[in-house]
Amino acid sequence: MSFFGNVYDFLTSSDQWHGNESIPRLLGQHVQLTVVSVLAAAIVALPIGILLGHVRTGGAIAVNVANIGRALPAFALLILSVQWVGIGDPTGILTPVQSVPAFIAMFALAVPPMLANAYVGMANVDDEIRESARGMGMNARQMIWRVELPNAVPLVMAGIRTATVAVVATATLAALVDSGGFGRYIIDGIAVNDNAKVFAGGLLVALLAIAFELVLALVQWLVTSPGLRKEGPALAREAMVEQPAL
Amino acid sequence: MTPLLVLAEDIGPKWLYWPWVQDHTEEIRQALVEHIQLTVLAVFFGLVIALPLALLSVRYRRLYGPVIAVTGVLYTIPSLALFALLLPLTGLTRTTALIPLTAYTLLILVRNIVTGLDGVPPDVQEAARAMGYSRSRQILRVDLPLALPAIIAGIRIATVTTIGLVAITALIGQGGLGALMYDGLQREFRTPLTVGIVLSLALAVVADLLLVFAQRLATPWARAGKRRTKQKPFPASWPPQHP
Repeated sequence: MSFFGNVYDFLTSSDQWHGNESIPRLLGQHVQLTVVSVLAAAIVALPIGILLGHVRTGGAIAVNVANIGRALPAFALLILSVQWVGIGDPTGILTPVQSVPAFIAMFALAVPPMLANAYVGMANVDDEIRESARGMGMNARQMIWRVELPNAVPLVMAGIRTATVAVVATATLAALVDSGGFGRYIIDGIAVNDNAKVFAGGLLVALLAIAFELVLALVQWLVTSPGLRKEGPALAREAMVEQPAL
Repeated sequence: MTPLLVLAEDIGPKWLYWPWVQDHTEEIRQALVEHIQLTVLAVFFGLVIALPLALLSVRYRRLYGPVIAVTGVLYTIPSLALFALLLPLTGLTRTTALIPLTAYTLLILVRNIVTGLDGVPPDVQEAARAMGYSRSRQILRVDLPLALPAIIAGIRIATVTTIGLVAITALIGQGGLGALMYDGLQREFRTPLTVGIVLSLALAVVADLLLVFAQRLATPWARAGKRRTKQKPFPASWPPQHP
């Protein structure tokens, strides 16, 4: 039996479609881990980044706070948060995060790119455009919503996409501690030396990551003002601040 | 009667148990060396692949979109997944670690090299042509040196990112300092964990500073011209990162 035959058998066997470690269940966990942490980080990072970018001050602070968070590699961050809060099923309002240490690591990874990109996106909006908006009698709220944010969409979205990529990957690693998700197949497969299981896990994670990226590319296209749209949704990001402008 | 067995002090929760570090200096040194080797090799192979891709993209603009799309998809795939996909092919070897590490540097390097080459002033290129530079000589002697700040910015991002990613290769039996961290996690013994994290952070900072220094050495004109042209340095992300 060929290797790919083994992978196919693994993916189609009934164990993978029913029960605790079935593909649908792990998919649900992986998506939930990702969406919950990205949303939580966005709720914190985006308003701060957008407001600081609007007033164009505190950029260095925002970006440096973000940088401190970015200095730790994901793997180290995950292990450290396990040391901090330990492993165990969350209860109460924390239930949706599934795994507290994984959530902390993913949150910490998702905030910096969103904060830095939102700040730079807003701060880089053309002065002339801002002045025309003011000249038209817009107040701050109108300027942010109707002028600055639409112009900052490529960078704000680049931040969200970068954060999501980081979180999907960390959600995979999180199987190492106590959470679910497709990382389960990879970690368990390596442990028992089952290469077909490892490969299947890798395949599922890769497809999921690409699916997230495609969905976000579509979202970016949809939230871009029709006047600023180029062609269709683009997989390649037009702009990305890997780098805070200091 | 004295007790036969004196219970050992519980050293697990201690963040740093110095005697362990002293007993394992050789192991720690090897982990550090392995970490550096994996990083240097990945960035080197990344450059070897990215440079021709970037040069081709500048020459034939139509290629740039597909190149960025493909390297972008590679960049999107989580590292653990790429390791998993390669494991059946190349086993628990250094090759399995190096291929994804190299793949992740490509997007950053290609984009920065192209940005750098695009930023070369057209009048300088014209002057080079007027002086009789052949196309390849112009790229080598004029375009690439002028693009150097952007290229080195890319190498900085790629290097710091790779240093963080190498840790994950501990899961496939490699990992350098990541192996120390993993060991600490599995044995609930925090000292190797602390050593691994502190050293990998230190390595990232030192590598970044070395590259900044290399850039200063390689672009003496940037300092000389500072007063005349108020050009901002190419922003390099620190510390950049990849999942």
